[in-house]
Amino acid sequence: MERVQAVKGHQGSLEVEIAGITLQNPVMPAAGTFGFGEELAPFIDLNRLGAIVVKTLTLHPTPGNPPPRISETYSGLLNSIGLQNPGVEKFVQVKLPYLRQLKPPLIVNIAGRTISEYAELASRLSGEAGIKALEVNISCPNVKEGGIIFGTVPEMAAQVTAAVKKQTSLPVIVKLTPNVTDITEVAKAVVDAGADALALINTLRGMAIDLETRRPALGNIIGGLSGPAIKPVALYAVWRVARAVKVPIIGMGGIMTAHDVIEFMLAGATAVAVGTASLVNPRALIEIIEGLEDYVAAQGIDDVRELIGAVQI
Amino acid sequence: MKLLTEILEAVVLASSQIRPDIYLLSLEAPTISRDARPGQFVHIRCSHTYDPLLRRPLSIHDIGSKGELVLLFQAKGRGTAWLAGQQAGNRINVLGPVGQGFSIVANKKVAIVAGGLGVVPLLFLARKLLESDNEVNFFLGAQDCDKLLRLEALRRMEVNLFLATDDGSAGFKGTVTDLWKKHLRPGAFDWAYACGPQAEMAEFARLAERVALPAEVSLEERMACGIGLCRGCVTAVCDASGHKKYENVCSCGPVFNAAAVCWED
Repeated sequence: MERVQAVKGHQGSLEVEIAGITLQNPVMPAAGTFGFGEELAPFIDLNRLGAIVVKTLTLHPTPGNPPPRISETYSGLLNSIGLQNPGVEKFVQVKLPYLRQLKPPLIVNIAGRTISEYAELASRLSGEAGIKALEVNISCPNVKEGGIIFGTVPEMAAQVTAAVKKQTSLPVIVKLTPNVTDITEVAKAVVDAGADALALINTLRGMAIDLETRRPALGNIIGGLSGPAIKPVALYAVWRVARAVKVPIIGMGGIMTAHDVIEFMLAGATAVAVGTASLVNPRALIEIIEGLEDYVAAQGIDDVRELIGAVQI
Repeated sequence: MKLLTEILEAVVLASSQIRPDIYLLSLEAPTISRDARPGQFVHIRCSHTYDPLLRRPLSIHDIGSKGELVLLFQAKGRGTAWLAGQQAGNRINVLGPVGQGFSIVANKKVAIVAGGLGVVPLLFLARKLLESDNEVNFFLGAQDCDKLLRLEALRRMEVNLFLATDDGSAGFKGTVTDLWKKHLRPGAFDWAYACGPQAEMAEFARLAERVALPAEVSLEERMACGIGLCRGCVTAVCDASGHKKYENVCSCGPVFNAAAVCWED
């Protein structure tokens, strides 16, 4: 009840814009924690999200890594899924018709083993109605070929970005890895190559060992760390990149609450992605959006965009 | 089919330590109790903070006479230790029921093979199979007689109960699968179900296939979301054409056709 009145009393705008796409609010799912949307539909109204971001697609079906793929850490989650997905053709035939009828803009995440695979994916998806932007994953720590290799060397990151841009007129968001010495170098390289927006951070590389078996806890030996444990690292990366480039940033890494969202926006993010929180609480995305509505109402904020990069140093 | 999974704050009705590390917990969760089918699980938040972070999947052990949701679990990590510490009156966040349950046949001769904690989903299964007029042969095994779980509850049910212990302290000396094997002749059973250690379920699957007996197993895997979002809890299965692929234990299982599981992985 209190919530409803607060929102009624003051209705600040939550609208933001990423690469020419208007989002009704800045909150979207992080790729890989949202399936293909349908799985969460019994729990939340998908039409209330700022955008829809589906699991990474590869050119061909990808079986993923051997189990175990999950290991819990203190306030964190190590995963080594390995981009399991049905491939772009099956996505277009089976998953896209459902996603297309949802209202929020659809962002499709892609990963290739080679630069030409990225280009081919971009070309294949550009012709499909209902897709509003491509998110280029050059940051998956869990695959042997491609993925993070392209995200750690600025020249290669730029080549992937340019190759994708050449094949599509859709806005291109490049998703960056924190597993580099200086994330701003990669950020600047992909922006120079034409990236319309950046998404960061992907997971941090990590591992865990099972003392009973003395073997790695993950079938893939190494995995990517996500969850509240990584939030300060993610926030710092967003803050640095926001000062280094002019394009909008989708910030992510351990966001669990609306207050976390505000922090990312103050650090320079225009929008945010929520990942691990949805795995713990299927309603997390909506609860965060409602928390954001409450926050702007309580603070008397007319336009949530006021917050972007507004951290006082 | 309409998904009946809900997230609710369930009240703890009772909690008891039945072995040094084994707990029986009953919860008031009427909608889950109403919709639950044997083999399905509930996914429980084991913290009021972000640590431990992930929910814990627990197979539904039983639905009590007053509709209470009964869970049986081993406290072996930080999450289950937290759960073991919950007392009557506390509220815990429960997502469920989740997953694909066992096939409930009718008017058949069925075998249920439970190894150790494998009894967890199988007691509820036995109850439902009895309601469908099946002859239920329940094979219960453990390391020793102290570790045979829910013996009294099973003795109160109309099942034919067969016991096995590794040390011979109760019933047959050997694994529960070895005991079941002695009763397994072509035509002895129409349907079989198992849950237990991986090696025993693999042997169960091999024996069932040899006599063309339809058989189902309930699998366990490290799990994150529990609802098919993350592909974190997969197991390798062979599809109809013999191709290996990974399927979610949470949403495609946890109950699988025993013959479809790739046991060597």
